[in-house]
Amino acid sequence: MIPELGHYALILALCIALIQGVLPLVGAHYGRREFLFLARPAAQTTFMLLAIAFVSLAWSFYVNDFSVLYVAEHSNSQLPVIYRLGAVWGGHEGSLLLWIFLLSTWTILVAQLSKALDEFMVARVIGVLGLVTSGLLLFVLTTSNPFERLLPAAQDGRSLNPLLQDPGLVFHPPMLYMGYVGFSVAFAFAIASLLSGRLDAAWARWSRPWTTAAWVFLTLGIALGSWWAYYELGWGGWWFWDPVENASFIPWLVGTALLHSLAVTEKRGGFKSWTVLLAITAFSLSLLGTFLVRSGVLTSVHAFATDPRRGIFILIFLSLVVGSSLALYAWRAPKNTLGGKFNLSSRETFILLGNVFLVVSAGSVLLGTLYPLLIDALHLGKISVGPPYFNSVFVPIMVPLLVLMGIGPWTSWKNTDLITVIKRLWLAGLVAVLAGVGIPLIMGQFTWLAGLGFLLAFWVIASGCLQVVRQAKLGKPTRSFIGMQFAHLGIAIFVIGVTMVGAYQEEKDVRMLAGETVSVGGYQILLVSVDKALGPNYQALRGTFLLTKNGNTQATLYPEKRSYFSSTMPMTEAAIDAGLTRDIYVSLGEELSDQAWAVRVYYKPFVDWIWGGCLLMALGGVLAISDKRYRMKLGRVAS
Amino acid sequence: MKAKFLIPLLLFVILVIFLAIGLNRDPHEVPSPLINKPAPAFEITQLAQTNKTFSPGSMKGQVWIMNVWASWCVACREEHPVLVELGKSGKAPLIGLDYKDKREDALAMLEMRGNPYQLSAFDANGRVGIDYGVYGVPETYVIDQSGIIRFKHIGPITSQILNQKIYPLLAELKKS
Repeated sequence: MIPELGHYALILALCIALIQGVLPLVGAHYGRREFLFLARPAAQTTFMLLAIAFVSLAWSFYVNDFSVLYVAEHSNSQLPVIYRLGAVWGGHEGSLLLWIFLLSTWTILVAQLSKALDEFMVARVIGVLGLVTSGLLLFVLTTSNPFERLLPAAQDGRSLNPLLQDPGLVFHPPMLYMGYVGFSVAFAFAIASLLSGRLDAAWARWSRPWTTAAWVFLTLGIALGSWWAYYELGWGGWWFWDPVENASFIPWLVGTALLHSLAVTEKRGGFKSWTVLLAITAFSLSLLGTFLVRSGVLTSVHAFATDPRRGIFILIFLSLVVGSSLALYAWRAPKNTLGGKFNLSSRETFILLGNVFLVVSAGSVLLGTLYPLLIDALHLGKISVGPPYFNSVFVPIMVPLLVLMGIGPWTSWKNTDLITVIKRLWLAGLVAVLAGVGIPLIMGQFTWLAGLGFLLAFWVIASGCLQVVRQAKLGKPTRSFIGMQFAHLGIAIFVIGVTMVGAYQEEKDVRMLAGETVSVGGYQILLVSVDKALGPNYQALRGTFLLTKNGNTQATLYPEKRSYFSSTMPMTEAAIDAGLTRDIYVSLGEELSDQAWAVRVYYKPFVDWIWGGCLLMALGGVLAISDKRYRMKLGRVAS
Repeated sequence: MKAKFLIPLLLFVILVIFLAIGLNRDPHEVPSPLINKPAPAFEITQLAQTNKTFSPGSMKGQVWIMNVWASWCVACREEHPVLVELGKSGKAPLIGLDYKDKREDALAMLEMRGNPYQLSAFDANGRVGIDYGVYGVPETYVIDQSGIIRFKHIGPITSQILNQKIYPLLAELKKS
């Protein structure tokens, strides 16, 4: 009964979403106010119906209703409750439902928090979001219905992929999708202003907090995914340039460019066409990411079952949404007036340069991700593009970007005397050079790449410190300013983490007997024993390792090799002793013979700074959104 | 309308064309370098009769099919009925290669679902699989009278593949 209720709610949601998508847009076009006022109630109803559908599916998982095909395929009666709920988005159908539910959540937030906005604008924004919602609902209902019954019901479910049975994976998809989907708001604002022809500073001001919020979620989502891959996959890496990772990273890069470009449009009225294009692109790339992940055109560790109907549907949907948006852009954008004039040396120029680097890097990652597909489509063979391409293309683009990050905040709008900026920054340059030479020497080995990494990171940090000092003299800083400092500091911390791990990590693959010790990074790791252990839905071999440094015990580590009852793939659970300056990572491999074990140990200096940096970036975003001027200005626009 | 504002749309159209073509291509289908090469030799114990071994050399002179399977492989269950049909057809001997499996699990599965194989070779540690470039189970090979691999299919065999590819190929190979 409950699954039918959910199914029915989905069908109703499609009908209401169509109303939400069509009538307000028609109303706004013909100036029919009675249609405009439909926007909010329609959005609220869609949201409520989708919530019912979502809860119904979660309920089916909670009560182990294996007469629902999707539940039978992704859950199991032995699965702990938290993973049963996480399993709601553990497969294709459920994750799409989550996608749509979150889209509707964003819509309702816009509807509720935009009371001060012009009615026409709100109606158009909600309408555009309604159209996107309808398209995706149609997709779910026709090709990916999560409520499909399995009759007769299965005795027990097939269970969730053991890889996904992890707390990190319970939260990773919702975070990531919140970010992905959040760009739909900036997109809807962009389309709404193209439709109305009111592409002005007010539009940018409205879009900014929404874009930042989506960006914050995306940042956290990507970081969570990367952290999960680090401790769960057992390879000790934190980023694999996997197509699905790239699919989330490309919108992040474009979204970052959009954040900065919106600032120019808001403050100076410049770059309007460019900003609109970025807003359309960011969301289009989110949709493209969904297409790549969900259609199975690319192979990846996130491999999903391929159903050609799904791929064709998403492709048509993608073409309609993005194609019509870009056509609208081509038609309307040229009518924009130019913004305020600026000199070649000005903040506008620096932001534009930064934008170019971000977009070029996004383009290069996109090219690498799609390259196998392009080559295959041209019948030139099957190839895969791996980390060597991405590292050699992506990293060099980031170098000038980080240099710009240190200078940009010192410049002023319209016109800047670069000589003054350089005079103010010489100290930061000195610190950067000292760090670039000094830190590698302290770490015991100088490489040019490590030197460059530290140079750039400390350049950004030192420049930030000087900015804070100057701001303190000028008066109380705004939340936006503090937010920017946090976000830029986050990038620097991230770069330090990446550089440290890249240059100074140690890795050992050894064969160990109980009582033997392996040394890595100045630590000794003793294998005490390997015992059997039993979890709720798996049995495991659990190693006990003693971590010591100079004879002092630091920690006891318990890496596991699990075999889940529902699957025969053995899973590696690495054990990590995490610390501010280093992680010790132990992963238990195969039993070789005579109670000897293959053991892999890593010493990873500063690896947690990678995710710490991401957290700082996200925190910066939150601070920027909380800047009170958004609320005040929103009020002023309305009055 | 200025032309430069059309550039994004044009780029997107090109992208869509490529995506549409890509949709009809299977990224998992990697051409095997073993096609038209001799099937790698091996000699390992059989699954059911542990005192006997199997080696491809013993199949010389007939066209035969080798199917890589495992009891833990869900997709193998999907193709199982098709294999049973193939086994019954008598068009070619079907030899199983039980890949990285536990003997008792494998035997239990055959007992439960029916055994389509003339016999299965037991590749416990996947050593033979490496020689054949097995990277996913199930995989199916058609090997001709002189021990040359003529066809390889990755993933479950469907009755469509059986009727449109494998049966015609068998008929053709037997003629020569």
